[in-house]
This record gives sequence, structure tokens and C-alpha cells, in this order.
Amino acid sequence: MKRDILTSVIGILLFTLVLGIVYPLFITGVSQVAFPGNANGQKVYVHGKLVGSKIIGQNFADAVTKNGKPEMSAGQPVTTPDVRYFQTRPSATVPADNAAATTFSNLGPNSVATKTELVTNIAAYIAVDKAPNGTPYYPGGLTPGRVPVDAAESSASGIDPQISVRNADIQAYRVAAVRSIPLSTVERLISTYTANRGLAFSGEPAVNVLELNLALDRLQQGS
Amino acid sequence: MSVTGWLTIFLFAGLLTAIAIPFGGYLARVYSGERTFLDPLFRAPERMAYRLVHVDPGHGQDWKQYARSLIIFSVAGWLALYLILRTQTLWNFTGLNPMHYHSATWDVSFNTASSFLTNTNWQYYSGETTMSYFTQMAGLTVQNFLSAGVGIVVAVALIRGIIGRSGKSLGNFWQDMVRTILWVLTPISIVVALVLVWQGSIQNFSHYLSLSGVTGLGQQIGMGPVASQEAIKLLGTNGGGFFNTNSAHPFENPTAFTNFFEMLVVLAIPAALVFQYGRMSGNRRQGYAIYATMMVMFLGAAAVAYVAEAHGSPAQHAAGLHTHVLAGSGGGNLEGKEQRFGIAGSALFDVVSTVTSSGAVNSAIESFTGIGGAVPFANLSASEVIFGGVGTGLYSILLYVLLAVFIGGLMVGRTPEYLGKKIEAREIKLVSLGILITPLTALLATSLATATKAGRASISTAALSPHGGTTPQAFSESFYAYLSQANNNGSAFAGYTGYIQPNAGNVGAHGVTFADLLGGFVMLFARYVPILFALAVAGSLAGKRISPAGLGTMRTDNPTFVFLLIGVIILIGALTFFPALLLGPIVQGLTGHLY
Repeated sequence: MKRDILTSVIGILLFTLVLGIVYPLFITGVSQVAFPGNANGQKVYVHGKLVGSKIIGQNFADAVTKNGKPEMSAGQPVTTPDVRYFQTRPSATVPADNAAATTFSNLGPNSVATKTELVTNIAAYIAVDKAPNGTPYYPGGLTPGRVPVDAAESSASGIDPQISVRNADIQAYRVAAVRSIPLSTVERLISTYTANRGLAFSGEPAVNVLELNLALDRLQQGS
Repeated sequence: MSVTGWLTIFLFAGLLTAIAIPFGGYLARVYSGERTFLDPLFRAPERMAYRLVHVDPGHGQDWKQYARSLIIFSVAGWLALYLILRTQTLWNFTGLNPMHYHSATWDVSFNTASSFLTNTNWQYYSGETTMSYFTQMAGLTVQNFLSAGVGIVVAVALIRGIIGRSGKSLGNFWQDMVRTILWVLTPISIVVALVLVWQGSIQNFSHYLSLSGVTGLGQQIGMGPVASQEAIKLLGTNGGGFFNTNSAHPFENPTAFTNFFEMLVVLAIPAALVFQYGRMSGNRRQGYAIYATMMVMFLGAAAVAYVAEAHGSPAQHAAGLHTHVLAGSGGGNLEGKEQRFGIAGSALFDVVSTVTSSGAVNSAIESFTGIGGAVPFANLSASEVIFGGVGTGLYSILLYVLLAVFIGGLMVGRTPEYLGKKIEAREIKLVSLGILITPLTALLATSLATATKAGRASISTAALSPHGGTTPQAFSESFYAYLSQANNNGSAFAGYTGYIQPNAGNVGAHGVTFADLLGGFVMLFARYVPILFALAVAGSLAGKRISPAGLGTMRTDNPTFVFLLIGVIILIGALTFFPALLLGPIVQGLTGHLY
């Protein structure tokens, strides 16, 4: 009994030192040398300024101002989607795409709350597709049945950096029109930033929104 | 549904088997004390460890001594973890608490310490807004290793009891622990962690990033030593995420490739242990029979989950969404799922994580469809024997094997024997208790939680009916919480909560005391009581003489026995849980009605 207690106490201290301190430090050391970009979060800089992480989704929206001040709702700034940019998936975090407090929506399959949320997201997606004069950018206009599921349903992490190819193809019409660039150019960029299935079978093809949007910005600054 | 989706499931099963067979052979050599290729590396540290902790590794322990060492070691581990959780700010001098997070309250810490000690990793806290890097490393990562080790050594002790020919010794607990850490968990964790960083996981000690995004909106990004913890979280079937959204977070599971890789890591040890058992028992077909039992049930669960999720949910259909596969869109129920994993990658991950005691999630289980959500329920109802947790899966299914042998023996009217050892009244009593403790704990705790006001406080508002009153979703949330904790799984219908996170993240999470305490006790009870019964069975069998198999001996390595074993597992699960399952996921799967 006494022997077991002594062994346990020394054992826990020893294991804490080796597995809790030495092991993470060792992995950190190797990672920082071998894969420094990844280990530090794949930071993306524009003109020397940090604007995000390549694999963390962000909200491409503008703060709404009212009488010269940012409008607030429930302690968070009110935002409106920036139509020049591809939009990421709906997010359950507060504020949207908060990568320091991630959360699921936890909306159940048979809940009224889920339907309400989906109807709101679908309406928002269709509204963004409408030009100021009310005509849709997408040929023939969008209906709820045409909205891709990833555009209406919130992601798991709340910071999903990617959207489906279909979602990107639909938004391409708007982005091309607003930016006055040929649709084919936008479509080419979409395919450049589409990650294929892992090992050609795992998962779904997905378009990285941050990379795509920055490429669009670069394209227009360059010309 | 798509061809690539089905391909993912079947390639996964094939690849897992291909890895598990040689890995099982390696494990058998490790626990039989035979030479392995890692010996030159670890012999010296092993000897040093025994000297430091004052242990004679050659000293064999009977089941009571083995159990006593295990329990005392666990108590010490619990106290150390609780202390670290409660003194988080004391360790700020290390620089490993850049966000200056305060400790969570005592009840959350009680739940968390019990959770990580028992390999459950139920999380009544949000990692990136509660825990310092120091706590994640020195507290949680350490128990990720040790709780996995405890599970494995119990399985090894039970194997030795079943095959033992000489007296009462089950081996030496300390030797088994040290060898598990050195020869199995540490080297593989190092490789897995580096693969994850190579794919995009992070591993640093930075302050959280604070930046203005492309449109000028502010964004904060959580950082930390993620990959090192992620590796053992998966390998040890622990499942407690560094971040709140677990393996859905791009820093924990960055690509579709890592998603597939992570699933293999989760099942590697539980699957290999089965083949290890076959080798150590001297009859590999015994291992194949158990593996076949597990694989049949695993593939069944994966197929049901995939079909259900691809079909979509009633809420989706009511909102007018189309859920079939279109060009450029995988369709299905994508609420709470990541684009890069898709429906198949999410459904399969969910099955992998609920058949084992992992409980890591890459999608929100609460948002699964009724039938898709019934799959994790069913997996948990089978008491973690379909592969199961590292070690726990094997020792649990061996209890079921003994029970099936007993029932088979009754049917053919012979004294039941397993591998030449007579199964008598004493063993069957211990086996039955070992099997029934977990379901009983889960059901009692669920009734307590749903019948009391304090228990209902944890149910999320989205799950409650807007017209007042309770819903199947609310029942599913509560039931899943205690079923998951009793099975030491740790996945959640995550709307069910046991803590309140104040807006300012650095003042510490406050507990919902009832849920924290009930859950904590459920985890401890349903972990250690079955372990004691398993070790008692091992002790009881160890001393028995082996009689040669005769013509009338019931074989336990053929398809008939696999069929019998699957029947026993399903029968016990269904008899125990069917009424409760009807009230929650099954009614949700059968109706298109919204609540």
C-alpha cells in the first residue's frame, strides 16, 4: 500500500515531466524548424499587414454605420455582406467566424428553431445575389431549391474556410458583375483555389474563400 | 450518396485491417516481453523509470495487487489533474497562459478531472476560452496518455488471466504501464503529431492572433500547442479537443486527408489489440472471430449513418432546400458539418468515434438526422464493444464472449468452456455485473437528470419547443449526455451544457453544479467498477487448469460463434435501451414533424 502510494506519486511527477512538458516542447521544436508556416497558423499578409489565416474562415462583411457610428446589436457590430467578395458559410459563433471561441450551432433535425435559421440563411443568400435594382445576378434567379446546402447550413467549426464548388460558381456571377471582370476569369480563379478530395476519394472538393478573394483583389490592383 | 462516399467507408475498413494485423503482432511481442525493433531505444529509459519509481518489474501481481496499484495510481492522477486545473493562474510564470485565463470553478474542474482520468474526455468547458497552454499540456495531455495506458493494461491483464497456465499472476501493473507509454503511445504520437503539422495543424505557444480581416472586421484566432495534444487525443481514444469544436476545427483537422488519417489513428490500437489477443492466446482464429464480429457491426453502423445523413433532415426539407447530390455540391444534411469532410467523411468519423471511446467529433452530432443520430446512440448502447476504447473495448467484448459461451453452453447442454477453461457460476456472476453496471448507471442518471429541475437546466433552448414543454430533441440531449459519460465516450449532443462561459473569457467558466457532479460520478463509477470486475474475472480464470478440447467442445472461432456473439450484444443493448431510444432518436427519425 505505502509502496504503491510512493510509486504513484513519483510516477505521476515523472510522467507529467516527460509527457506534459518534454513531449510537447519536442514536437514544437521539430515543427517550428520543419514546418514553421503551418505550425504558426499559415498567416496571410497583404502589404505586410496580417489579414488572416489561410485555413480559418473569416467574415467578408462591412460594419454598418448609423449617424457616423458603428451600429451595434446585442454588443456586436451589425454587418452587411461585402458583395465584392465571395461569402463564407453561415457561422454559429459570436460574432460570425470567431476563431477564438468556436462553437457548433447544435440545431436539431426536427426543431422549429432549425427551420427558422435555415429560412433566414436562405433569404440572406438570395438577397446578396440581387443587384441594387432588384434583378438577380444568377441567370434565372435563385430559389430556395437552388441554394446549395453548404450556403444555407452553418459549418461545424463556425470558421469553415471553404465553400462548395457549386456555391462558388453561383457567387461568381455576382462577384464578376460587381467587379466588372469577365465571368471566365473568376471561374478560372475558382478552379485554381479548389482543393480536391484527399487521396482522390476522401471528403468533398472545396474552394478556399480567403485565397480566392485575395487573388481577385490582386488581379484588380495589378491592372 | 456518391461512389466516393462508399469508397471512403470500404477503403477505410480494408486499410484499417491491413494496419491492425502487423500492429497486433507488434503489441503481442511488447506484452510478452519479446524483442522488438524499438528495444535499443527504450530499454535504458525503461530501466531508469523502474529505478526512479522504486519498482521491481519482475514481481508478478495477483488480480487484487494489480487492481490496488491501478486504483492508487488513478487517485494520484486525479488529484494532480484537479490541482493543476484549479491553480491555473499559479503557473502564469511559465508564460504558458498568454490569455491569462482564470481557473474554472470547482464543479467544472471536478467533472473535467474525472473525465480525463477515465478516458472519457467529456468537456463541460470550451478549450480555447478556459484552459491555459500549461493546463492543456501538463494536465490534460498527460492524462490522455495515462488513461489510455490504464485501459490497455487491463485488457492485457485479462488476456493473461484467460490464457494463464501458471498460478495467479496477471503481470506487473507498473511494468505494463511503462512499456505501454514507451513502446506504444509515445513513438506513435510523435509521428502522428508531425504528420498533422505537415498537413496544417498548429504547434506554438503564441498569444492569440488579433487582426483586421480583408474587409477590416476584427478577428481573433486561437493558437497553442495543438498537434502534440491532438495526436494522443486520437491515438488513446480520448477525444477531448484542444478547441471547443474538436476535430471540426481546421487547426485540429486541416484537410480531407487528415480526416481519413485521424480515423485510422483512432481505431489503430483498438483493432490491433484484437489481433494481439489472437496471437497471445495461441489461436489467431480467436482474434479473427472477434474482429469479424466488430467489423460487421461497424460497417452496419457506418452504412446507416451515411444513408441517413445523405437523405437530409425534416427541417431542411421544410425550409425548401434540395438535398440530393448536384454538380459541385455533395448535398445531404450539412448542418454542423465541414465542407472539406462532406457527408461520408462526417458520418464515418462519427461512427469511428462512437464505437470507440474516442468521442472526438468532426461534426455536430446534435445536428445529425434522427436515424443518423440514432447510430451513435446504438453504438453507445452496445457498451463500447465494437472495437471500443483502447483496452476497454477488448476487455469489454471478452466479457461478452464469456457470456455468449455461457449462453451457447446452456443451449447445447454442456458445461461452458472457453479456451479450455471452465466458465462457472462465479465467473458468470462477475461477467454479468461487469456488463450491466454501465447501462444501469446511464439509465439511472438519465432519469435523474430528466426528472429534476436542476437536471433540465442543462438542456439548450433551441431543443425546447417554442410552444413550451419538452421535445424528443431535449430528451435525446439529456440521454446522450449520461449514456456518453457512462460509456466513457465523451462525444455530446453539445447543446447540453454544464457550464456558463462569461463574455470576458478570462474570469473562468462557472459550473452548472448538478450536471457537473452527476456526470463526474457517472464517469468514475462506470469506469472503475467494470475494471474491477474484469480484473476479478482475470484472477478467477488465471488459476484454472486448461482441459484439452474434445469433440463436444463449442468452438469460439467460427462463423456460428460470431453470429451468436453479435446476437448477444444486440440483445442486451436492445433489451436495456430500446424503450429510452424510442423516446428520443427513433421517434425523430420516423417523423417529418417539427417540434
